[in-house]
Amino acid sequence: MATVTFDKATRRYPGAERAAVDKLEIEIADGEFLVLVGPSGCGKSTSLRMLAGLEDVNDGAIRIGDRDVTHLPPKDRDIAMVFQNYALYPHMTVADNMGFALKIAGVNKAEIRTRVEEAAKILDLTEYLGRKPKALSGGQRQRVAMGRAIVREPQVFLMDEPLSNLDAKLRVQTRTQIAGLQRRLGTTTVYVTHDQVEAMTMGDRVAVLKDGLLQQVDSPRNMYDRPANLFVAGFIGSPAMNLVEVPITDGGVTFGNSIVPVSREALTAAAEGGDRTVTVGVRPEHFDIAGCEAASLAKDEPAGVAVTVNVVEELGADGYVYGTAEIGGTPTDIVVRVGGRHVPMKGEVLHVVPRAGEIHVFSTSTGERLSD
Amino acid sequence: MTAIDTPARRGPGPAARLAARAGSGAVRVGLLLTAVFWLVPTVGLLISSLRGPADISTTGWWRVFTDPAQLTLHNYADLMGNSTITHALLNSVLITVPATVLVIVIGAMAGYAFAWLEFPGRDWLFLLLIALLVVPIQVALIPVTKLYATFGIFGSLVGVILFHTAFGLPFAIFLLRNFFAEIPRELLEAGRLDGAGELRLFARVVVPLGGPAIASLAIFQFLWVWNDMLVALIFANSGSAPLTVALQQQTRQFGDNIDVLSSGAFLSMVIPLAVFFAFQRQFVSGITAGAVK
Repeated sequence: MATVTFDKATRRYPGAERAAVDKLEIEIADGEFLVLVGPSGCGKSTSLRMLAGLEDVNDGAIRIGDRDVTHLPPKDRDIAMVFQNYALYPHMTVADNMGFALKIAGVNKAEIRTRVEEAAKILDLTEYLGRKPKALSGGQRQRVAMGRAIVREPQVFLMDEPLSNLDAKLRVQTRTQIAGLQRRLGTTTVYVTHDQVEAMTMGDRVAVLKDGLLQQVDSPRNMYDRPANLFVAGFIGSPAMNLVEVPITDGGVTFGNSIVPVSREALTAAAEGGDRTVTVGVRPEHFDIAGCEAASLAKDEPAGVAVTVNVVEELGADGYVYGTAEIGGTPTDIVVRVGGRHVPMKGEVLHVVPRAGEIHVFSTSTGERLSD
Repeated sequence: MTAIDTPARRGPGPAARLAARAGSGAVRVGLLLTAVFWLVPTVGLLISSLRGPADISTTGWWRVFTDPAQLTLHNYADLMGNSTITHALLNSVLITVPATVLVIVIGAMAGYAFAWLEFPGRDWLFLLLIALLVVPIQVALIPVTKLYATFGIFGSLVGVILFHTAFGLPFAIFLLRNFFAEIPRELLEAGRLDGAGELRLFARVVVPLGGPAIASLAIFQFLWVWNDMLVALIFANSGSAPLTVALQQQTRQFGDNIDVLSSGAFLSMVIPLAVFFAFQRQFVSGITAGAVK
């Protein structure tokens, strides 16, 4: 068990203009499950490989516990990794695959057997111990890869998109299993994924990266409720948050025929930056369907913006309306969550108003969050 | 697009039709005849080696079909009693086995290094090595003779083994490097994370996975060295001459020791065949392994 610290760790590939991972600073607590998430090419896998020792660290340091491992070879770091393609040794049986590290470490045969059998029992692999990887299904291979990591009882687990080769149903199942297993073992884990649902459901904390730069590290709840900038706002949440550029008015922002109140500090901050507009983020579930009773700026017209329904996704419990609205003269795509029992028809026009207090305000010029 | 569509509309091409008909009788008979035709010289040699010298010098080997009584194992008994031949057979083994093993061991290690270890000038060195593939051995005969004279190994088994090893290595390294480079990177990384050093990674992961390529190489190298006469003729003396050279020396200006020659020649053919069949399964998968996997 140990903490993991990225201390301004930087990886620059020779010949590349910008760093693949730029001054990454994360403190991971003992026993924590941290998920690194971001679009492809954001540096999440590189960060993990730097921690594993498979990638050089050009600047800064990486520590496991109090030990500086920045320049240690992988074998001296006491970590285990689960690869995306599992990387099982094809010529060894499942038992040999799982026991390989222990064998190298010089653990005696009886103990290797006990530990492998124990791990196999946890992962439901007992009857497959004598098989070669090619005789296993994808899900079983994935579990062998997990087992190989578990039997070592390392200080840190590293997982590089371990679920991306599984089919959708198995992925959801295994997601829960891995999260449960990690809680049970209490081993510090760094998990890389491009799937924000995986990140939100599995991690104690989530770190969002983009272009090698850390955008935000926070608990899934906070990440959802208070995204630090436009990128995180758009990346976390499914369907994504609606991001709309709107003009600033006195005491708030103009949203179609409504004025949505925004804190004075946020408006002042935007004005100081020289902006006349701000970007407002509204999650699909935070739109209210406006009736005629709501206060409207224009006479004879309902409040908020008019959204023409293009597609409705009915999920049973609720539905998502994908529509287009004219905001500030430009057509903008808007997603609105509606109750599952009352979904509008395609072509209908909805008038929606963001719920007060549930909107996120970002600076249009810098993309940083302005509201609390 | 049209280039792809057109043949599809016209149905299977001539090659496909031929392949489809390969199951039919006519093609099978044709193939069988070709195979038999191909085997005639070998069968002739085998039968000759089983006939007495007088029969060989007077009638053709096919006479055996009408007169099977002339078959005898006498030639082989003579062969085993001929100390020159038995000694040469031993020399062939003493040359071929080390020259094959050395090439595999050094070639595999070098192949691993060229494929997976980072060191400055690696790619240039590999290019240089490939360039060595085009050097014909004839070019090296005289310089190496002089070199061997300096070291005093001219005429010895060691000299012959070293020459074969040196000329087998460029191809061995080339073949194995390319095969090892196909091993998924994650597999080696997993090994490193599991705590394996380079040597253990090589022995426990790379070599087992490279089995088919190594088997192919073993057969090729074994055949080349076993069948070689040029190198042995030049670098070996009468005490270290292998079977090929010894058999050649059985031919005389007036007539020859046909009894020893036919049985000896057949023996020298059968041993590589035995090696081939021993490794055959891996050999076949070794040829296709690089293409599909």
